[in-house]
Amino acid sequence: MPAPTAPALSVGDGAHSVLRFENVGMRYGTGPEVLRDVSFALTPGSFHFITGASGAGKSTLLRLMYLAQRPTRGLVHLFGHDVALTPRRRLPALRRMIGVVFQDFRLIDHLSTLDNVALPLRLSGGRPDEIDRHVRELLAWVGLGDHLNARPETLSGGQQQRVAIARAVIARPNLLLADEPTGNVDDRMAMRLMHLFVELNRMGTTVVIASHNEPLIRRFGFPVLHLAHGQIVAAPPPVDGDAS
Amino acid sequence: MRRRPDIHFEDDLSSRFLPAIVALMVFLGLLGGAAALAVGGIVATWDTDLVGRLTVQVPDDGAVTAQRLQRVEQILRATPGVAAVRTLTPADTQALVEPWLGKISPEAGLPLPRVVDVELAPGAAIDPGALAARLAGDAPGVVVDDHHDWLGRLVALARTIEAVAVIVLALIASTAVATVVFATRSGLAVHAPTVELLHLMGATDGYVAGQFQRHAMRSGAIGAAIGTLLSLLALAALVAAAWRLEAAFLPLPGIGLRAAVLLAAVPVVAVLIVMVTARATALRALAHLP
Repeated sequence: MPAPTAPALSVGDGAHSVLRFENVGMRYGTGPEVLRDVSFALTPGSFHFITGASGAGKSTLLRLMYLAQRPTRGLVHLFGHDVALTPRRRLPALRRMIGVVFQDFRLIDHLSTLDNVALPLRLSGGRPDEIDRHVRELLAWVGLGDHLNARPETLSGGQQQRVAIARAVIARPNLLLADEPTGNVDDRMAMRLMHLFVELNRMGTTVVIASHNEPLIRRFGFPVLHLAHGQIVAAPPPVDGDAS
Repeated sequence: MRRRPDIHFEDDLSSRFLPAIVALMVFLGLLGGAAALAVGGIVATWDTDLVGRLTVQVPDDGAVTAQRLQRVEQILRATPGVAAVRTLTPADTQALVEPWLGKISPEAGLPLPRVVDVELAPGAAIDPGALAARLAGDAPGVVVDDHHDWLGRLVALARTIEAVAVIVLALIASTAVATVVFATRSGLAVHAPTVELLHLMGATDGYVAGQFQRHAMRSGAIGAAIGTLLSLLALAALVAAAWRLEAAFLPLPGIGLRAAVLLAAVPVVAVLIVMVTARATALRALAHLP
């Protein structure tokens, strides 16, 4: 039975939103719609979790958010630009305003930790000496100061995840999207990374985190966009005993 | 320290062939170009030597030949437009045919004609038919040759060889372009995850295409250097072999400045073709990303 559909969820003033979806639908090829009538808006400086079971459409929703795909129908407004009407040559500038933590990290294997994290700053045309200083500081902060020249394949899963997070936040993006960013680290590091996201959020970055970690979600208490069967629905009540 | 490219091209097997393909392209291009220039040079040398000259052949039939030669020389000197007249000795004539017929002993009885070399005044034009008719009265069987027909056929042959060389060069360039297109597309497929990641992080198409362009430039430069070296060795071997073949039979033109510049441009143009093709191919493919 399909989950009850929430009314068009407006989590902010759509006119001044960082990101706004209007009746967005998405299907792959001729398959069924994996997202249906998704509508919401994120105000600048907001912090949201995206929850939902596997296959609910979280990854597709995130891919639409970071412009990896165009929706099959509906409108996506990013930083005030209707993405469908924005000239293609201007999209890279919009993408550089977004930091993404991919679930599979997507680190570049032949580059060092330092070069992986420096990539967004280099794409933005930063000065090499400043890039080097910022990257070293951030890597030290996430506990990887001793692994500056390490290749991703020599790092543990948790270390790779921290590199991926450092890369996503190094350019202080306006919008940070993270897919299960604490999935491979212990609780202590998970809290540390969450505090990094919160700190960025306080500095003005809009944060969206897709997560299954209900205790973490409850602990921080930010609004939740819950996906079920490709639609945003009212979040289910917490399961007893989750609060640990 | 030079920064590593974001894309690890060493993973890509097709890109490893690029230097070898460019080396082959430059090698063939330089040999073809050198051949075309050499033929052009030889024709130009012959052209310079023979234009403005006539050759008069007087049949050598024994005792009366000296008188006939004297009369022919008088008529030629009296002809308007003739600047100089020189009768070749029998030894000179034998030397002329020696590359084709070998050493000829006087006892062989080969009826070589006596040859009169006529130099025309600058800008002068003489009708060889009319001159032959005037000479025939005093020297029956005389032949006047202004080399026009022979030189015309030679120039036509040279132009054909040059055209073939240009077509071969165009085919080599087309093949190289097709190869670079294939290698770049293959590279884009092999490195699709990294290319997509860069794209999602906000890299412009030009930034990503630039990485393929620089890689193609490096590979092309290595290949061009190898191809140039190999072609220089091959040309040196050919020139040495030609010298052994007697320079009189195959006159070797010196490489002029224009020819040297044209040949030096071959590897540079090859690298430019590779770079531009790689960039254009990458840009075309990247335009399909959202």
